[in-house]
Amino acid sequence: MCYAPRVSTTTAVPVQKKAPRHAAVVRVTHWLTVVAFALLLFTGGEIILTHPRFYWGETGNVTMKPLFRIPIPSSRDTVPTGYKTVLPDENGWGRALHFEAAWLLVFTALVYGAWGLGSGHFRRNLLPARGDWNGRAFWRDLWRSPREKTGSAAYNVVQRTAYLGVIFVLFPMVMWTGLALSPTFNAAFPWFVDVLGGRQSARTLHFFITIALTVFLVVHVTMVAMSGFRGKMRGMITGRGVESEEERG
Amino acid sequence: MSPISRRKLITGGAVSVAGLAGVAAAGRIAERYGLIPPDHGMLYGAGETLNYATQRLFARHALAREFPRGMISKTPFLNEVSPHGAWFKQAQAEGFRNWKLKVDGLVARPTSFSVADLQALGRRSQITEVVCEEGWSYVAEWIGTPLSAVLREVGVLPQARYIVYLSPDPDQWDSLDMSQARHPQTLLSWGMNDGDLPVGFGGPLRMRVPRQLGYKSVKYIHRVTVTDSVKGFGDGRGSPAPAGGYAWYAGI
Repeated sequence: MCYAPRVSTTTAVPVQKKAPRHAAVVRVTHWLTVVAFALLLFTGGEIILTHPRFYWGETGNVTMKPLFRIPIPSSRDTVPTGYKTVLPDENGWGRALHFEAAWLLVFTALVYGAWGLGSGHFRRNLLPARGDWNGRAFWRDLWRSPREKTGSAAYNVVQRTAYLGVIFVLFPMVMWTGLALSPTFNAAFPWFVDVLGGRQSARTLHFFITIALTVFLVVHVTMVAMSGFRGKMRGMITGRGVESEEERG
Repeated sequence: MSPISRRKLITGGAVSVAGLAGVAAAGRIAERYGLIPPDHGMLYGAGETLNYATQRLFARHALAREFPRGMISKTPFLNEVSPHGAWFKQAQAEGFRNWKLKVDGLVARPTSFSVADLQALGRRSQITEVVCEEGWSYVAEWIGTPLSAVLREVGVLPQARYIVYLSPDPDQWDSLDMSQARHPQTLLSWGMNDGDLPVGFGGPLRMRVPRQLGYKSVKYIHRVTVTDSVKGFGDGRGSPAPAGGYAWYAGI
């Protein structure tokens, strides 16, 4: 798969400056997202320990039948888990750090989103080419080995779809379902939780979207490792690419 | 030094100075409009302040969701607090007839109210969700006297900034800013689901703050103090919650 290289038409510039593999904004916001997501995942898991049961609808508590429960001990003796162990209560700082990391994610998303729209990053680097909007192209790239050298640094249609899904579906949904748990936020925007089917549904969806994001993370890191970990890391840290540098990624 | 790097240096410097000045100004404005919570000094103070300030600005008059009668939970979860002492058992044996709510502090007319006095003062019924920070919840009808009616009755002085509400248990108390205290859904609740408020759910008198998590809805209230600062109560952070790592502001 190949995209036409973007050749500058300016002749006044004597030396063609090499574009970085990833723009500085992409690199900085990528790593800020890594920090925020790691903290959110860790503290989110900690918060679940206080009540490792999930429900559907508006309300849910230990007197009600859960949709499912996670077979782990709890940090509350009021939750019947089947374990004698009651874990220590770490929910205070866990919640505080969860929200602080969520703020970091929101600010990062605002910067990245505004820049991505303004600079054409989404359109140029993430929107699949028109000719690739079909199942055949998707199927072809789905089975492409990450080790294969395509001679181009541009993302293929599967990568573009995955990144767009994470950026425009999963991350907004995880923020939405998280905010839908806040009683004051719900007071201001009741439809925000009502359309999800209730507060407990929002909590359960928040959990499943996190699972989806974690699956993405595992596949993403696996692909990076398979296609040359050092080079990919260098590209995302310093911006210097190792593959064809005719295009930005 | 090439002109480009000098320009970058000057621009960068100007942006940094503007940024720092902006943060300082934002802090000053936040302080002026009471957007900084009393527990902002904690490790997670930045996040706590953002939570409190944004929700105060954007949800000041918003009402907590109220539900139809059919959604009242058939089995509300009874979250027991520590065992009751002899004094409570005595009050309970008297049918809480002698339970008094003392309202004092920065008020024109400090007053003691019996539950019957409160009932005569005003009544509001609302079907709202009790939301625990652990994740569980239930919906119940809460009947009580709006705290705003009590505050009007005693005449709050203009320098008031917080109300502190206490139970006879020294570990069970909390506080609200005046805007939350005067919110129409903030109730001194004495009834639940068409009956008296059961002891397990905080009877005879419980604070109900439906826009915040359950731990702000302290049970067995016997005193409300209006104050300009929460520094004199407990460890000075407005609630016993920050000592356990929990936020004073529990709207999220």
